[in-house]
Order: sequence, then C-alpha cells, then structure tokens
Amino acid sequence: METFLQQIINGLTLGSVYALVALGYTMVYGIIGLINFAHGEVVMIGAMVALSVITGLLGSHASLPAVVIILAGLFVAILVCVAIAYSMEKIAYRPLRSAPRLAPLITAIGMSIVLQNVALMVWGRNYRTFPTLITPTPHIIFGAAMTDLQMLIVVLAALLMGGLVLIVQRTRLGIAMRATAQNPQVAGLMGIDINVIISAAFVIGAALAAVAGLMVMAYYGIAHYYMGFLLGLKAFTAAVLGGIGNLAGAMLGGLLLGIIEALGAGYIGDVSNVCGLSSLSDALQQKCADNDGQVSLFGSNYQDVFAFFVLILVLIFRPSGLLGERVADRA
Amino acid sequence: MSLAARRSGIPVHVWAGVALVAIALGVLPFVAALAGQAWVRILNFAMIYTMLALGLNIVVGFAGLLDLGYIAFYAVGAYTYALLASPQFGIHLPFWVILPIGASIACLFGVLLGTPTLKLRGDYLAIVTLGFGEIIRIFLNNLNAPLNFTNGPQGINLIDPFRIGGFSLASTETFFGISFSGPQKYYYMLLLLTIAVIFVNLRLQNSRLGRAWEAIREDEIAAKAMGINTRNVKLLAFAMGASFGGIAGAVFSATQQFISPESFGLFESIIVLAMVVLGGMGNIPGVILGAVLLTLLPEVLRYTMEPLQMALFGRVVIDAETIRLLVFGVALVAIMLFRPAGLWPSAVRKRELEVAKEEAAA
Amino acid sequence: MSEHTLLSAEHIDKRFGGVQALSEVSFSIRDGEIYGLIGPNGAGKTSLFNVLTGIYIPDGGSFTFDGAPLNRLKPNEVAERGIARTFQNIRLFQNLSALENVMIGRHVRTHAGVFGAIFRDRTTLAEEAAITSRAYQLLDYVGIATRANDLAKHLAYGDQRRLEIARALATDPKLLALDEPAAGMNATETRALKGLLEDIRRDGTTILLIEHDMKLVMSVCDRVLVLDYGRKIAEGTAAAVQKDPKVIAAYLGGEVSLHVKAAG
Repeated sequence: METFLQQIINGLTLGSVYALVALGYTMVYGIIGLINFAHGEVVMIGAMVALSVITGLLGSHASLPAVVIILAGLFVAILVCVAIAYSMEKIAYRPLRSAPRLAPLITAIGMSIVLQNVALMVWGRNYRTFPTLITPTPHIIFGAAMTDLQMLIVVLAALLMGGLVLIVQRTRLGIAMRATAQNPQVAGLMGIDINVIISAAFVIGAALAAVAGLMVMAYYGIAHYYMGFLLGLKAFTAAVLGGIGNLAGAMLGGLLLGIIEALGAGYIGDVSNVCGLSSLSDALQQKCADNDGQVSLFGSNYQDVFAFFVLILVLIFRPSGLLGERVADRA
Repeated sequence: MSLAARRSGIPVHVWAGVALVAIALGVLPFVAALAGQAWVRILNFAMIYTMLALGLNIVVGFAGLLDLGYIAFYAVGAYTYALLASPQFGIHLPFWVILPIGASIACLFGVLLGTPTLKLRGDYLAIVTLGFGEIIRIFLNNLNAPLNFTNGPQGINLIDPFRIGGFSLASTETFFGISFSGPQKYYYMLLLLTIAVIFVNLRLQNSRLGRAWEAIREDEIAAKAMGINTRNVKLLAFAMGASFGGIAGAVFSATQQFISPESFGLFESIIVLAMVVLGGMGNIPGVILGAVLLTLLPEVLRYTMEPLQMALFGRVVIDAETIRLLVFGVALVAIMLFRPAGLWPSAVRKRELEVAKEEAAA
Repeated sequence: MSEHTLLSAEHIDKRFGGVQALSEVSFSIRDGEIYGLIGPNGAGKTSLFNVLTGIYIPDGGSFTFDGAPLNRLKPNEVAERGIARTFQNIRLFQNLSALENVMIGRHVRTHAGVFGAIFRDRTTLAEEAAITSRAYQLLDYVGIATRANDLAKHLAYGDQRRLEIARALATDPKLLALDEPAAGMNATETRALKGLLEDIRRDGTTILLIEHDMKLVMSVCDRVLVLDYGRKIAEGTAAAVQKDPKVIAAYLGGEVSLHVKAAG
C-alpha cells in the first residue's frame, strides 16, 4: 500500500509537468491543427535559461534568498521562451497557414532540430546539474513520502491550470480563442484578429513550458539539451490521450500519464516476475535461486513503453481520446 | 492495347536519355570513390533511404495516412536479417532467404498495428504510430534480459554481408582489370534493388489500387460511398509500406554489418517523413529527390562546414556535428517556406492520361 | 416502369442526441422510376440518404433492396449492392482528374490486386483498358468529355455535379441517389440535368432524387415523398402531392412556395 501511494505521489508530480506541457500542444492544435513538434524544445530552453540565470546569480549574488533567485530564473526563462515561441510562429508557421497540411509539420521538425542544436552550442553536450536550492524535506503521508518540492510542483501546476481555465472561460481573449478554435473564418468575420489569437496560444503555451522546464529540472536535478524531446513526446501523448484540442483533456491526460508511468515502473518488475513458474524449468529455477527469486521479463527500463501502450489502447476504444468530442463523419 | 505497342511509342530521345542516366549511374561509384570510399557508402545510404522514403510514400503520399513510426518496420527488417545471419544465434541463412522473411515479418507488424488503429482520424493515427515506433525501439533496447534476443543497446555485430555462393559483396575484388571495393559492389546491388522498388511503386500508383489509395487520401467518405473497402485498402497501404521498410532494413543490416537500436529512433522516422514531404508527397520522382537530397545534405555539410569556418574565421567556431544539424534544420524550414508543396510536387499526370485516351479511342 | 419494388423502407428511425431526425419513415421505390424526396430544410432528407447508404446506422427500422435486407451494411457494401450516391456539398476527389474520379467509381466492379498492379498481366491490362474506356464513355454521357484531364477542383460547379453523377454511375448502380443535383445550377444547366436524369432512367437505372428545385421535381419525378420534421407527411404523384394541404402547410411555414414554383 505504501509503494502504491508513493507511486501515485511520484506520478502526480511528473503528471503535473506533463499536463503543463500538454496544454501548450493542445492549445496550438485546437486553434490551428498543428502538431507543434518544437514545443518540447521550448521546455528544454526554459530549463536551460533558468539554470544559467540561477547559477549565475548564485555566483554573483549568493546572499539573495533562494526564492528570489529562482523567481528571477523563472522570469527570464519565461521571457526567452515566449520570445522564441512568438517568433517561431511568425517565421515558420504563419506563412504556411494555407499550405498543405504536412508542410508546417516539417517546419516544426526543422525548428525542433534548430533549437536543439542552438542549445547544444550554448550549453554544451554534458548533463548540467541543478543546484539544490530547495532541500527536499520529505513529509510522511500514510507511510509515503512527499517532498515539499513535489508539493510545490503539484500546487503550482494546479494554480497555473486554474488560471488558464479562468482566462479561457472568462476573459475576452479566452472567448476569442474558443471562437477561433471552433471556426477561424467565422471568428475572423466577427472581428477577431486571428493572428493575435494564434500568437496568444503560442505565448501562453511557451510560458507554461518554461515553468514546466524549471519544474522538471528541479525535480530530477539535471538538465540536458536533449531533455525536451522525450518530455515533449510524452506531453503530446498526454494531450492526445485526453482528447487533443481540449484543455481539460490535456490536464487529465497529463496527470493520468504520469500516474500510469509511475505505477507501471513500480510494479512491472513484480508483475512480470516469472519465478512463480520456476517449477517449469530447471534453468529458470536456477536463475531464480541466483537472483533472490526475482527474474522479471520486463524491468523498470520499460517505463517509457507504458505511456504508448496506454495511449494505443485508449485510442482503440475511444478514438477521440478520453474527453475529446466524438467527431461524427459528416456527409 | 498491349505493352509492346506502348513501348514502341516511346521516342528515340527518351531512350537516349535513359541510356545516359544508366551510364551516369554506372560510373557514379567510381566518381564518388575519387573523393573517398566514404562517399560511395553515402551513395549507398541514399539508396537505402530512397527505398524507405518510397515505402513511406505509399502510406503518407498515396493513402494520406500520417505515419510517424515508420522506422519501426525498418528496424524489424534490420533485426530479422541480423538475427538470422550473425553469430547472435549462430544462424547464417543466405540473404535471398532472409529478404522475403524480413519483408513478411515487417508486413505482419504493419497489419498488426494497422488493424486496430486505421479507423483513427489523421493526427491520432500519427501519434499512435509514433508510439508504436517508440515501443519497438524500447523493446530492441531491452530484450537482452532475462533472455538475450537483441543484445540490447550494444546492438548486433558481425552480421553476414551479402554472399552469393562464395562471392561476398563486402570485400574488394578485381573484374576485367577493374578493382571493385566492397561499397562499390554493394552500390550495384542496391541500385538494382532501388530500381525494382521504384518500378513497383510506379506500377502501384498507376493501378486500380493506387487510385483507391488516392481516393481515400482525397475524401474517405466519398471513397467509401463509391464502394471502396477503405479499411482493407488502407491496411494494404500500411502492409505494402511496411514491407518496403522491412526490405530496406534487411539491406541496411547487410550493408552495415552492425546494427543497434540507436539507428531506429523517432528522429529517423521524422527524417524519412521529411524526405517524403520535402521532396513532394505522392510524387515518386519528388520523393526520390527528397531522399537523396536529405541524405547528401548533412554529409556535404559535414565535410564543408569546418573548412568553411577555417576560411572565414581562421578557426572552428562551431563543431561540425552541431552546425551540420543546425543548417539541416534551417534548410528544412527554408525549403518548406519557399516550396510548401515540396521541391517536386505531383503534377497533373496529363501525358500519361492522354496516352490512356488514345488507347480508349483506339 | 415495372411494378417490381426495388427499395422499400420500413419504419426508419434516426435520432441525434435529443433530435429525432427521422421517425417511422416508410416508403418504397419501384424499379425504373424517378422518385423524389422533398421537404423543407432540416426535414431529414439528407439524414435519410445517410442512413440508406450506411453512413449512419438507423436506430430502428429496416431497408430491403432488390429482394434482400440492407441492414447494418457499411457504405462500401451498400455501394456494392448497387446503390450509388452523390453528395449535397459535392465530394469529388479534388486533386485527381475528372477521368480518374470516374475510374475510381469502377473500383467496386473490378478486381486487380497487388499482383496485377505490379506485373500487369493480361487480365489486369484488359481490365484497366475497360475501366478507362468506360470512364470516357460516362464522361461523354454526362457531357463533360472535354474536361477529362482537368482536375476535379478546376471544373465549373455544374460540371462538378455532373462528374459526381458520372462517378456514381461508374459503380453500375441499380439505384442512383442524388442529393440536390441542381443546387447552384442556372436554368440552362438544370434543363440539361433534367434530360440527363431522363436518359439515366431510360437506360435502366432507378433514381432517388432529393431536390429543392420544385420545377425540376414536379416535371421529372413519377412519385414524390414529402418529409417534414423527420416524418413522412405525404407520398404520391407529383400532381397529388402538391395539392396536399399538409404539404402546403409545411412549405408555407418554410421559405419555398410550392404553388409558384410548381406552376411550370
């Protein structure tokens, strides 16, 4: 039971990060139908910029309180990410808005490669460690530990998501965004400046990505120029799992994916342990004896497989994702 | 009207052109060898990628199904060859036995993936195929314990080269006083295979099946209403594409004689997709152009970027690997911005249709 | 016209959420007739087409076509059984030529597979030649033979409608279901369309016609079914239907005045 709760807590933490990144994918997809492949790299850039600012400040103004240093790093990271996403949309996606559907997908891939290699140039090939500014103090909840860093990530992510929902539901900008997602042509006729709305989607997504980048770096304690790739991939998977284009779906998908991964990683070794069948073969019996009765077909290195297995299963039974609307084929 | 009659209708200058291209392709590996055997290997890669891109073109270009995990089938073909022709299991089957096995297993994987997922709408299919590609890669990476199938991240080494009887394609040999290096011999074999793949693709495109694929790409509901069993026809596109991927994979295995999961990541899938889209989706010459260009471009950059920097700045500012990918990324963006439909988009197949008209009238 | 029934519908029901799109609709179409389907906008005409052609699954009721039930078939199976359709908002294969569009219509009546495609054996070559010549014939039949090599999307609106008909005819249908073929056509084009419909019927294909152009419906249809709010409110000869008080009431509530339009 403790392991279970522990994995849920870990999953929730990681899931919060996925959810924040997934929102960026889903907003852009919902409005212009583009899989913004470079979004994962924006997360990576966010982490890297924050890291540079924070280590820089620690060197020059070590006396500043940790909170100020982190917030300064976050602030600069958000600025940089927003600027990148804004210009990326303008340069690489906007000119292709009426082009064949796959053209912007290729430019997105191109942008992803460019951002990755710019990061490689600036920050180098090695893993960078994140200074421990927040000492993770574990709090014991029903036998499972949750550090204050984990709490901070979950709470901050929840606040940001709540804020986003408020923006989308209540503000003029949000209403305009929803209208554009429904029908860009009509929204344009109603006097909505579609370019502004699309830029807004990219900008908001990038800001969330920057936060997510800092979170994931603080959580794992390291950053790397390649970190955006798999993270982006998982977050996109989360967005599709929830029903792409749907904000609540991205959040649900992100959290679920985080939890599924954590549970999968925690239990797969036991579930696929074949020593229960050791009476079937002498060789297996020997092997089990050598390994303390633990011979698993699948170890935790299969963690990344769960995300995709679950995704495929969900889509087979719910082709539009968990919360996606059923799109009936119209004749 | 018979094929012979159509052939006789081809004017002399076309034949002359074909002959010129044939001669050029024939001497190409020797020209490339002047710059080093590495360039012959690069040409060989260009052909492997051409096969891959043409296979993916069936799925994406003809049938309009966005497949982001196509490299999985390439991996299946490559590992099939590697496991059946290496010391890994001590099995050493000949190449011509494995090639159809590799193609069939890849095809089977295509059907397995396609059967439950092909009803999904475009972008959902994309992410499912992407996930499938990752699953295959992760399995290849981890199927070394508790039982060792794939040798994990180390990959499989000492894979048998192509061998016909006692004649191996891997070593240097002399015929008619001309010395053929290993890569050069592979070149000719790959050239034959590539021509065969191009031929099959052309034939498929101009067939009842090819039209059905294009109909599905254009409007799936209308295609259904016209009596096309879209599920089966899509599955067939998937299976055909997968088979080509499997063939390319087996060839890759034999050419490299070493494979590891690293060669089969999502990035590879994406590059092959970029070849198809950037060349001109659905247009076979365009796809070939895309494949050749995107194989050569990074290599050319690899060899030119350092000297260029030396000449400009007197030192290497950015290391070759980084700048080559950087320029590659910029090139992808730039080409799409200037030619959104690809470098060589599918033209109206007018001439061919005029031929058909004459036949109908006859 | 024979008295043999080609298609009969029994108590067809279709709901979308809370909306009853079709309710207990029954009718039958005889072999060789032109059967009109009219009703105000939103009456359920296109829904009926979609249920008939397998795009929607009906919530209740059944169709019998050519002596056998037509239940729960997929759209392609319906086409195979011999019902071909056109779409209200034209659905051509836009980036393919007119000829190719019609050739695709032959798909369901031809057989070549992967082997034939690659090796082009004698049978496949003969089949391909037959497909091409039949496609040309049909383009000629609907009067757009000169546009064979133009992309579908480059055709004029009226020509696109004809191309859709040619493509549908290529499937050798027993029943041709046309969803507003005259929409967007001018008077001359509509007159030509009327001739085409009569030719098609004369050549042995039964027609089910949804149409808003009452003049066309009244002049070409043998019998007419009137839907309103998903229910059948009248069925009979064109002349009888337009005198039916229920029909007049339905239309007076709508935007079309039956009397004026049907005067010709």
